[in-house]
Amino acid sequence: MTRITLTVDGASVSDDVEPRLLLVQYLREKLGKTGTVIGCDTSNCGACTVHLNGTSVKSCNVLAVQADGAEVTTIEGLAQNGELHPVQKSFRECHGLQCGFCTPGMIMQSVDLLNNNPKPSEEEIRLGLEGNLCRCTGYHNIVKAVQHASGQEMHA
Amino acid sequence: MIPAAFDYVAPTSVEEALAALAQYGDEAKIIAGGQSLLPVLRMRLNAPEWIIDLGKIESLRGVRDDGDAIVIGAMTPHVVVGSDALVAEHASLISKAVEHLADAQVRHRGTFGGALAHADPAGDLGAPALALGAEFVIQGPGGSRTVAADDFFVDLFETAIGEDEILTEVRIPKRTGWGSTYEKFVRVAHQWPIVAVAATVRVEGGTIAEARIGLTNMGNTPLRARAVEDALVGQPATDDAVRAAAAHAADGTNPPSDLNGDADYRRHLATVLTRRAVLAAAG
Amino acid sequence: MTATQERPSDAVEMEIGRDRRRKEDQRLITGRTRWTDNITLPGMLHLAMVRSPFAHAKIASIDVSAAKASTNVVDVLTGADFGEELGACINAWPITPDQVTPGHSPMPADRVAFAGEIVAVVIARTAAEARDAAELVDVEYDELPAALDLKKSAADEVLAHPDLGTNKSALWVFDSGEAGTGGNVEDAIAKARTDGIVIEREYRQQRLIPAFMEPRSVVVDPTGEQLTMWSATQIPHIVRFALAATTGVPESKIRVIAPDVGGGFGGKLQVTPEEWIAWAVGRRLGKPVKYTETRSESLMSAHHGRDQWQKLTLAAEKDGTVTGLKVELLADLGAYVAIVGGGVPVLGAFMFNAIYKFPAYHFAVQTVLTNKAWTDAYRGAGRPEATYAIERLMSELAAEVGVDPLEIREKNWIKHEEFPFTTVAGLEYDSGNYEAATAKAKEMFGYDELRAEQKQRRDAGDPVQLGIGISTFTEMCGLAPSRVLGQLDYGAGGWEHASVRMLATGKVEVVTGASAHGQGHETAFSQIVADRLGVAFEDVEVLHGDTAISHKGLDTYGSRSLVVGGEALVKAADKVIEKAKPIAAHLLEASVDDIEFSAGRFSVRGTDQGMAIGEISTAVFAAHNLPDGAEPSIDAEATYDPVNFNYPHGTHLCAMEVDTETGAVKMRKYVCVDDIGNIVNPLIVSGQVHGGLVQGIAQALWEEAVYDDAGTLVSGSFVDYLLPTAADTISFDVEHTTTPSLTNTLGTKGVGEAGTIASTPAVVNAVVDAVRHLGVDDIQMPCTPERVWKAINGPGSGGATEGAAMPHFDESEPGQSSTEGAGA
Repeated sequence: MTRITLTVDGASVSDDVEPRLLLVQYLREKLGKTGTVIGCDTSNCGACTVHLNGTSVKSCNVLAVQADGAEVTTIEGLAQNGELHPVQKSFRECHGLQCGFCTPGMIMQSVDLLNNNPKPSEEEIRLGLEGNLCRCTGYHNIVKAVQHASGQEMHA
Repeated sequence: MIPAAFDYVAPTSVEEALAALAQYGDEAKIIAGGQSLLPVLRMRLNAPEWIIDLGKIESLRGVRDDGDAIVIGAMTPHVVVGSDALVAEHASLISKAVEHLADAQVRHRGTFGGALAHADPAGDLGAPALALGAEFVIQGPGGSRTVAADDFFVDLFETAIGEDEILTEVRIPKRTGWGSTYEKFVRVAHQWPIVAVAATVRVEGGTIAEARIGLTNMGNTPLRARAVEDALVGQPATDDAVRAAAAHAADGTNPPSDLNGDADYRRHLATVLTRRAVLAAAG
Repeated sequence: MTATQERPSDAVEMEIGRDRRRKEDQRLITGRTRWTDNITLPGMLHLAMVRSPFAHAKIASIDVSAAKASTNVVDVLTGADFGEELGACINAWPITPDQVTPGHSPMPADRVAFAGEIVAVVIARTAAEARDAAELVDVEYDELPAALDLKKSAADEVLAHPDLGTNKSALWVFDSGEAGTGGNVEDAIAKARTDGIVIEREYRQQRLIPAFMEPRSVVVDPTGEQLTMWSATQIPHIVRFALAATTGVPESKIRVIAPDVGGGFGGKLQVTPEEWIAWAVGRRLGKPVKYTETRSESLMSAHHGRDQWQKLTLAAEKDGTVTGLKVELLADLGAYVAIVGGGVPVLGAFMFNAIYKFPAYHFAVQTVLTNKAWTDAYRGAGRPEATYAIERLMSELAAEVGVDPLEIREKNWIKHEEFPFTTVAGLEYDSGNYEAATAKAKEMFGYDELRAEQKQRRDAGDPVQLGIGISTFTEMCGLAPSRVLGQLDYGAGGWEHASVRMLATGKVEVVTGASAHGQGHETAFSQIVADRLGVAFEDVEVLHGDTAISHKGLDTYGSRSLVVGGEALVKAADKVIEKAKPIAAHLLEASVDDIEFSAGRFSVRGTDQGMAIGEISTAVFAAHNLPDGAEPSIDAEATYDPVNFNYPHGTHLCAMEVDTETGAVKMRKYVCVDDIGNIVNPLIVSGQVHGGLVQGIAQALWEEAVYDDAGTLVSGSFVDYLLPTAADTISFDVEHTTTPSLTNTLGTKGVGEAGTIASTPAVVNAVVDAVRHLGVDDIQMPCTPERVWKAINGPGSGGATEGAAMPHFDESEPGQSSTEGAGA
């Protein structure tokens, strides 16, 4: 067991963990933050995307011990004071989700994308989301949602 | 799936890391960014007893100017390399290869040295490293040594790094004024390249004065397309001349056959992509 | 686009047709979703499965001693440890009376029939410890030859189940001559051979994997007398029935809950070994247990889809008028006959003739057992295969005749004034307007301009050629009239159930037997009920997916939820109104005959007196003042059995660029005009269309489940089973024409599968069209760059896929120097 201390969604947490524990498992199993989900075992799907020290990472591809001392934001920490993050609102507004399983990762990656590029083109959005798989939406409305969140005009 | 159990150590200096390597020897595996290693551990294709994490060694991060070369610390994340001004100016081939390497999340976490040391022949950095004539600085119990890119890649997932050594930094000779392109061929965006070509050329008055070409996924290691390089020198940067030279792109290669294409198709792709890469780099 | 619109105070806006934002979304965008894997119960144990690495082998011995001794392991059980209590995985649709059906134990004790089959289960206190111990289970196998190739298996070269003596499971035939729905196809073909056109093709429907994003998960909680199962399933009601039928637990003791379910696409329309094993373990230990599969396990052992060879013969007159169609299919069942199993190709049997007026039609499917993962429904189930075949053939016919592929379709399709139309397959199409959808699509697409550009590129010898693909599809959906299912020997009916509960506070609870897993039923069904009862959208709560709440239902698949489940809802709501009417009359002191109901209000004709339906609910709750003998309830339920399928249709146009130097293909434009009748929620419909399109496009271009010669699934992770990303797809131009269905009150048609059914042939037609002038008339799916390039540069359709994956994940032992140093 290794002692780790980190901040998750604004709260300081500290636990003894097995070194093999993945960050996503730590979030889900130790902290009950089941909003972040596991969709694959090869880091292709991106459903587990969270922010680690302000940038997006796949939490299935980070050991919990590697996050020692870090600041982690999950989908559950995105809304502030009961107010949804603009990207969360846009996903609902533009019907950017159906079953919703990829959605936490998709939203976290979209937030990261817009942090780095506040007015992305459609192509930049599509490339920026290449690490996140969705099986329901065909991506059309996800791209629209990100455009909408950036305050730009949308494709029909 | 969860990895098999292992013990974990996170040294804060290269010396500590080397000591850990010496202590745990062949029971240990080094983790840098972990973007290729963790899936392997999760699927239990490998089960080391010790994981040595280099993530806390600050001296291994960053890009610096070192006169006629730029130096990239092994633990520098791809995203930092990709947006670095020094890299863009003196080794733009690297910037271009990093731009579409894997995906954004992996680029945030994965490291320059880690990807090279992993030595996946389909990795995006090996061919550019070859084309640029990079030098690999490897530290072991007896000190540091430097290995040329041409000698670094030994076989599938195998490099010149010894069992008791660590890759600390990569020196890339400045090729200011050279044109470059990384031409990557994939079926879907998040895939490893089926074939890719890293080309960097220096054109003088419409004639190709020097050319260096690296091939991704055309054998067990990244490869130099020397026959193309030789054929290009002294040629005009025209479609016909480059096409003729690029026809040699697959000479001496031994590409794999897999779901994405057989070896013959890859050989063909190499010639097309090489022509396109050279023309773009010369453009 | 505006945010949530306010209802104008002076007029009642209809909910149906509004682009309501979804009620489901709040929990999904904030991470408050209830996936099965999120469930943790006190004392819950975790399961890990030990799976066969071999496609076909006898189990010689299983040594579980080391695993049992592993930390925190509770037990390790094999097939031999269980008897009848394991139950069986059922086939609900034996397609012929003499179908050969191997017994399907969730965990066989003697022999495994595909790589990935479960041979032992480890039960431990944590999932990690269960996995650790699973690695220690020592199974000795005696390998048997494996039946892998579909055609060879159909010839019984190697037997998938030696004791059955054959791999041929069932031969199902429809012949229009025999059925009296058309002429004799052999006559038509013979005639065409002498003075007409015969198009003969063989197409491959590659094996696909549904690849829902949420891996399957199951939790079983044996609490006292009752047992509860949570499962990531599309079909909680059917699972409950099958558990009762095969494990001997009374149905009344079983509660199955499908909480939030992360996609299905047919892939969770199954009764799975994992569910049955978790059930048996939970019962045996008397403890709650959970099993969640990994993605690798999901790709390997959750059911696959498609996998057919299609031998097709189309007869036509010289001018392109079709005269006959003969379809001979080989369908790969995999190792077992799954719940729908051979029924999947049968669902396509009525659709090969599509929108065209074929005078003669013959269909035959031979289902075949092999030693691969079992196949079953995948989005479209039978209809994509049919649509692909006919839409590819019609384009080939156009090429043969030398006319535009739209022209050949128009020549042969059912004209809008010819509806209702009884097809050569015996179905009655109630409505449609193919002309209108096609005209709209052509205009949106810029068809003539793109044809001009295509010609220009051809003339110039551009390395990048342009192709235009067409798919004028129809499908049958809304499964299904029970009478028809009975005629087809399906093991259940096709009705759906709904109930409407009028709460004391005026709120409304709607219970549906449909079981959504991403479709947005909570929103769309709220809209339907809000309109029907004249209550606010926000005041309707839709409950589903729990057999204790929704006790009766047949779940969600086959684009049935709206057209069957929605209709049940309408009928239940109408009953509420009828029950409330005499109560309203009593309270308003009027005659029932004078009571009118409109916009949520009962009023007395010719007066301004009236009561809202919510007020009636409150009055009924109090029950102080009801008519003599009146039941104090206006709740109602309805079970609706559809009278017919319904038939969405549409015209899809696709432009593809093909790089002739590399074979790379790139989508340039995609337009679709679907006629799905009246639309309840255009936003939800757009999402269904977009997602459906990409799944169909993915079959055309990317996806293929590939086995190697040993029967190992090579495309066993998302590294090798290629799902497209946002960067590989484009934005679509989606429009609609509206010809209301005549077979349900709302005039709706199904939309869940339409995009998938239509898009695959549109894309392949476009790719072939781009290079037809280079001598190409077919490219096997998926149209990989390699296949496209080889088709251009040689004979054939590009050949088989190499059965090997890139070795990205190094399997070396630690210390063997490969990734020593700064490992990636």
